[in-house]
Amino acid sequence: MQLSPEERAILAGERGEAARRALEYQVKVGEFWGAERFVPVTNVHMMGDIEVMGNGGLQWLKDTAALGARCAVGTTTNARCFDFAHCRELGQDEREAAKEHELIGCLRRMDVVTTDTCINYQTVYQPHLGEHVAWGDTGTVIYANSVFGARSNFESGPAALAAGITGRTPEYGFHLDAHRKGSFAVDLQAKLDDLADWGMVGKLVGEPHQSYFSVPVFHSARRTPSADELKHLGAALASYGSMGMFHYVGVTPEAPSLEAALGGREPAERIVITDADLERAYASYDLGGRDARLVVFSGPQQSLFEMKQLAGLFDGRQVKEGSRCFVTTNGAVLAQARALGYAATLEAAGVTILEGVCFYILQNLSLMRIKNGWQNLVSNSAKIVNIIGAHRFNTILRRTRDCVDIACTGVLK
Amino acid sequence: MSIRVERAFGEVVEGEAVVSEEGFSPRYDLDRWSGVITKPGHKLEGVSLKDKVCFFPTAKGGIAAGWAFYDIKWKKIAPKAFIFGVTNPVMVQGAIFAGITITEGWTPHPRGEIATGDWVRVDPAARFVQVLRRNP
Repeated sequence: MQLSPEERAILAGERGEAARRALEYQVKVGEFWGAERFVPVTNVHMMGDIEVMGNGGLQWLKDTAALGARCAVGTTTNARCFDFAHCRELGQDEREAAKEHELIGCLRRMDVVTTDTCINYQTVYQPHLGEHVAWGDTGTVIYANSVFGARSNFESGPAALAAGITGRTPEYGFHLDAHRKGSFAVDLQAKLDDLADWGMVGKLVGEPHQSYFSVPVFHSARRTPSADELKHLGAALASYGSMGMFHYVGVTPEAPSLEAALGGREPAERIVITDADLERAYASYDLGGRDARLVVFSGPQQSLFEMKQLAGLFDGRQVKEGSRCFVTTNGAVLAQARALGYAATLEAAGVTILEGVCFYILQNLSLMRIKNGWQNLVSNSAKIVNIIGAHRFNTILRRTRDCVDIACTGVLK
Repeated sequence: MSIRVERAFGEVVEGEAVVSEEGFSPRYDLDRWSGVITKPGHKLEGVSLKDKVCFFPTAKGGIAAGWAFYDIKWKKIAPKAFIFGVTNPVMVQGAIFAGITITEGWTPHPRGEIATGDWVRVDPAARFVQVLRRNP
């Protein structure tokens, strides 16, 4: 890689040992991908909690903090594995919770802003067209690239933190024009009336096209999608397809037309998504023994409008005795949801609201599943239905209203 | 018998091959306390990846993989190498952070060339993976 005088100075240790190590690591990553140089970033979003990091990661973080590491640009944190207010009730390990406190302390000493959210793009920072950022989780990255037209690769926790410390990231992947053109076309003929439908499209398109550099171009949609709909579409594409970008003709900034989104090339494939495709996919889930005792609205965290919708659907109803329903969101949304009464409505219905977490990374989740005898997990999030498998849940995607009905009746169809 | 890889990082390693027809995420598919694939229905369900040279056609999801590689290396249950057909930045960032050998792109496709149980050698600098002994 070609390094600037400033970068050579960092490697010489002029900004301290932590910055030197961070840049050295970034050079190795850049060289793997054939990056020729670094680009400065304005914002970093990183994943870092004890469930994903483990003891080894925590020790590394403590060592790095002790070296005096400080973030050079605004750096925020993704959803974490503890909502401390619910730690005991969920049967989470208090020793691990103590480590999580320690970990958060390390991050704050490095000037990391612990927002604990995977919807930073809805509530914290909205980059502009062409702005280089270094974000993770995958849902944040695909939203940044696609909806804002900003530029980011998937940046894992250590890579994002390195970018925060050095203020730059290797220029490869979606930082380059060459990778931002559409590769195949998706004719969206389905009605897509529910958030789960948008996630299902992400599954149907992403699963058979698993490639980071595969960029679908959606077109012919019947209406303008909302931010939450694009959130579920993007999160599912990133999850099922490992994709980092999509275009949506007439909606996303680099897709004024199908031809422009494809960069003048012929699409490698043209596919059509219809209502019948969605219905077949919904019908294909294995319902196991029809266990309907766990319903989750999470992954991504709920926006204020999702909280409002859920409050409306749960108003006057009760989660069935013996069942659990979890909603996760971030602190900012929850504060507003409390002020507006949505949270009170949900809690009156017996819904448990968790703050600053994502359900799938909750510490001790496998044990929680075993202790509660949960077999199925029902959700309106296609992403969480995909990613929670290692905890041995049988997962089922259902539309939002159906999920609420399942939570309140205990009947899974 | 050997296959060429397009991009590579890490030290030369040898180990027993595990060849998967399905993609991989250390978060979605792997029990990070035992090193065994536990996702129900995964084509390698029940298989331990500890000390193996793992061939996966694709990478799945997920940012958390970046820490997961370091975590399983710390717990001494990590594979010796990941050989991907197509991977994503997280796998690469995570493997480099953990010091695990990783490669992307293969010619020819390992299907038919390398089988689970073969003993293989990965040479990142030379960009190839070589079968040293066939699984008897």
